[in-house]
Parts: sequence; C-alpha cells; structure tokens
Amino acid sequence: MNQHLTGTDRVKRGMAEMQKGGVIMDVINAEQARIAEAAGAVAVMALERVPSDIRAAGGVARMADPLITEEVMNAVTIPVMAKARIGHISEARMLEAMGVDYIDESEVLTPADEEYHLIKSQFTVPFVCGNKDLGEAARRIGEGASMLRTKGEPGTGNIVEAVRHLRKLNAQVRKVIHMNDDELMTEAKILGAPYHVLLEIKRLGRLPVVNFAAGGVATPADAALMMELGADGVFVGSGIFKSDNPAKFARAIVEATTHYQDYKLLVEISKDLGMPMKGIEISRLEAKDRMQDRVL
Amino acid sequence: MVNIGVLALQGAVREHVTSIEACGANAVLVKRAEDLNGIDGLILPGGESTTMRRLIDLYGMMEPLRVFANEGHPMFGTCAGLILLAKSLVNYDQSHLGVMDVTVERNSFGRQVDSFEANLTIHGVAEDFPAVFIRAPHITEVGFNTEVLCEHNGRIVMAQQGQFLGCSFHPELTDDHRITAYFVNLVENHMKQKVKT
Repeated sequence: MNQHLTGTDRVKRGMAEMQKGGVIMDVINAEQARIAEAAGAVAVMALERVPSDIRAAGGVARMADPLITEEVMNAVTIPVMAKARIGHISEARMLEAMGVDYIDESEVLTPADEEYHLIKSQFTVPFVCGNKDLGEAARRIGEGASMLRTKGEPGTGNIVEAVRHLRKLNAQVRKVIHMNDDELMTEAKILGAPYHVLLEIKRLGRLPVVNFAAGGVATPADAALMMELGADGVFVGSGIFKSDNPAKFARAIVEATTHYQDYKLLVEISKDLGMPMKGIEISRLEAKDRMQDRVL
Repeated sequence: MVNIGVLALQGAVREHVTSIEACGANAVLVKRAEDLNGIDGLILPGGESTTMRRLIDLYGMMEPLRVFANEGHPMFGTCAGLILLAKSLVNYDQSHLGVMDVTVERNSFGRQVDSFEANLTIHGVAEDFPAVFIRAPHITEVGFNTEVLCEHNGRIVMAQQGQFLGCSFHPELTDDHRITAYFVNLVENHMKQKVKT
C-alpha cells in the first residue's frame, strides 16, 4: 500500500475549494435536503431548526439530534455539514464519528465555551467558522479552520451585517498584502491575529482558505451582492425554507451565485418568486440577541 | 498559444486557470455555450457534479459540449469533471456527457474524513506526483481503447482515451503543473493535426 495521508491541510482546505461558486443550504430533514440537492446546492447543512426559528424559540440551541443528521446524510449524495456549539469538543467529536463532511463551529448555536474555540487542527474532519474581521478570521485559521464564512446576523434576512463583515475583512486583507515585513508583527498585535497566518496571507496575496457569505442572505440579489463583494460562495440559512416557494427560491439563488454579474438574468430569476422570509431590522435587536457578538 | 477553456459553473476554477497559465497557455472561462467558440481544449474542474449538471442543463450546454467533444477537441476532467465525462456511472441509469469510455463510481473512497493525499506514479506523465483525493470517485472499468495511466491501491484513478483525459484526484490543488502541461501538450498536438488536415 502506498503512503496514504488523511486529514491534511490540503485535503481539508481543498474540500472547501471544491464548493466555490456554490450555495450551501440549511435543511432540517430529508425532504428539504432533496429539494436543495435538486436545486443545485453544493452541500447542505443539517440542523434541527433554521436560525430564524432558533431566534424565535429562545433557550439553549444545541447540536441537532443525530437521527436528523443521519437522515439527511442518507438522503443526498452531496456533502453534508452540521453545526456544533463553539468550544463543544464532544459534540464536534460526535459529528466527526458520524462521518459528516464538514463541521460548522457556529455562533448560531448557544456557545458551550465563552472563552475558547476548538483546536480544529486536531480533527480529521474539516471545520468552517464565522468571522467579522481579519483578527477573528486569522485566529480561526490559526486554530485550524479550513473554511471561513462571514457571521452576518443569522436568521434576520437582513444582509447588512454580512456586507459589513466581508468589506472589513477584505480591506484588512488588502492592507496586509501590501504591508512591509517589518510592519506585520505590529499589525498582528493590533488585530489579535497569529503572525504566521498574516505571513501566509501576504505570501499568497489572499486568505489561505475560502470565505463564504453567511448570515442574512434572503434573495438571489443578496447572494449576487455577496459574490460581487468577493465572497467565494454563499450559505443560505433561513432564506430558502422560510420563503413562500423554497424549490424556486433555491434554484434562483444557485443561478444568482453562478451568474452574479449577469444582471438581465438576475432580473428574470427574481420575478414572481413570492415572499422572501420576513426580515428583522438589526437596530431593533437587543445586544443579547446579536449572535455575531458571541465568542470572538 | 493555445486557448484552454475551464468550465466555470462552480468549483475549483481559479486553480485550473493558474495552472494553465503556468504552462504557457491562455485560460478562458466557460460559463455559457457560446464561450466554447474559439477554445481548443476544455478542462472540467473539481466541484459538485450534481450542481454542474443542473447548470449545464439550465443553460442548454449539454448538446454544445457533446458537439465540442465529437469535433475531437481534447477534454480533461478532474474528480467531478471525470464524472461528467464518463460513459457510465455505477448506481445511476444515465451518464452526463457520456463521451469517455470509462465507468465511474462516485464517492467511492468514502466521506470527507476518508479523503487523502498520496504520491503517485502516472505512466508517461509524472513520477512521484502529489495527488489530492477529495470525496473522490474512481474508475471501475475502462473501454478497449482506454489506457490506464495510474492506479492507487488497486483502483484506477487516471486514464486516457485519445483526446479524453480523466483523473479521480485534483492536480489543480497543488503547485505541480506536470499533468496540466501534459494536457496542454495534447491540445497543442490536436491543433497541429487540425492544421495538417
């Protein structure tokens, strides 16, 4: 037998590279997973409740019942992701043991640890984590995240926070790329970012992992906007299965992500979609309800 | 300089473009059927084959892609791209483009936790090539005119049938451009033949 290495950075980051230009959809059962796959999703995120329902229900949000995740894994051939609480080593290890393809260490669930994230480099399964800026993004990469996403403000159907996070991150990445070597250590100190991650960003001229948009994508136009701003792909949480016509919405968001600069096409696919999910104005959220501020 | 298209509906497009350019050819993004005009060869990248298939159908690209293949243009599929090229698929009634005489099984090495890398010898192309396998398919059977270029642990992971080249892994995820260079050479030879005839 030849040498055969699993769980390497290249294998874990590469998996996310294959998802580029695609849409990853939140689903809560096999039926929704099949709708997502048929619409052209590149992966599904199996969970017990979509973010807007988590918001409405209140209380503690945890990893989904393994039965739900298994049901979804058995229903589709595309990759299946699942969420674990921030810092919840055991939930993450359980998801890994089940064979999910990617774990989202997610602020959408109630954090299990308000200080420490998982050391994701110790796992064979790859992880995606949220970020609002380069400090957070670089710390998550330093811990071993193989994929990033904006935090946005999940379950609001309001794109404003995801736009803020992506613009800020990209501006900070551009700055790092053009910095002199002797300025990088101080920048690392200011950002609270691991120095070696900033070095890697400067060397590559970009982030070393893909960064998807997430948190507030409600329409095909929202997905296109995030791609226009430089996202590598799109997560849609409540936006699809909280809309009037999920299958149609799902197909339209997939098309909008591929052809985000074909504005005539965007017009056509946005016609007669029915009501998108009902949105929430961010300023009306109380500080305690802002998921993006959980564990930085 | 030859023009090599990359099917750019979804997946590892950027990496293939980088590799094509590193090999001294011109890379062209193919998002629509009309983008096939003026390209000399086509790479079908890694990504999700079900997603790419849906978009191929949606934009009426299936027939133009088959015509492109039938005209003798070289085509190279990596991972999902191999699935798109294959004549038959294990556990599926229908293939996608169905132009390359191989049978392919999807996700045949397991789920993402089973994804791996290994250094492989690819006959006539490269020794010690760093191959990255991600939820990879493998070739279960090849046709009479198809040459097996590489096996890993008893499974066929790369093959060539004249103008068609397919592999289970992702050369585009490495900085090693030898396989892309091999394909660029195929395209260049095809163009020379075309000029002669």
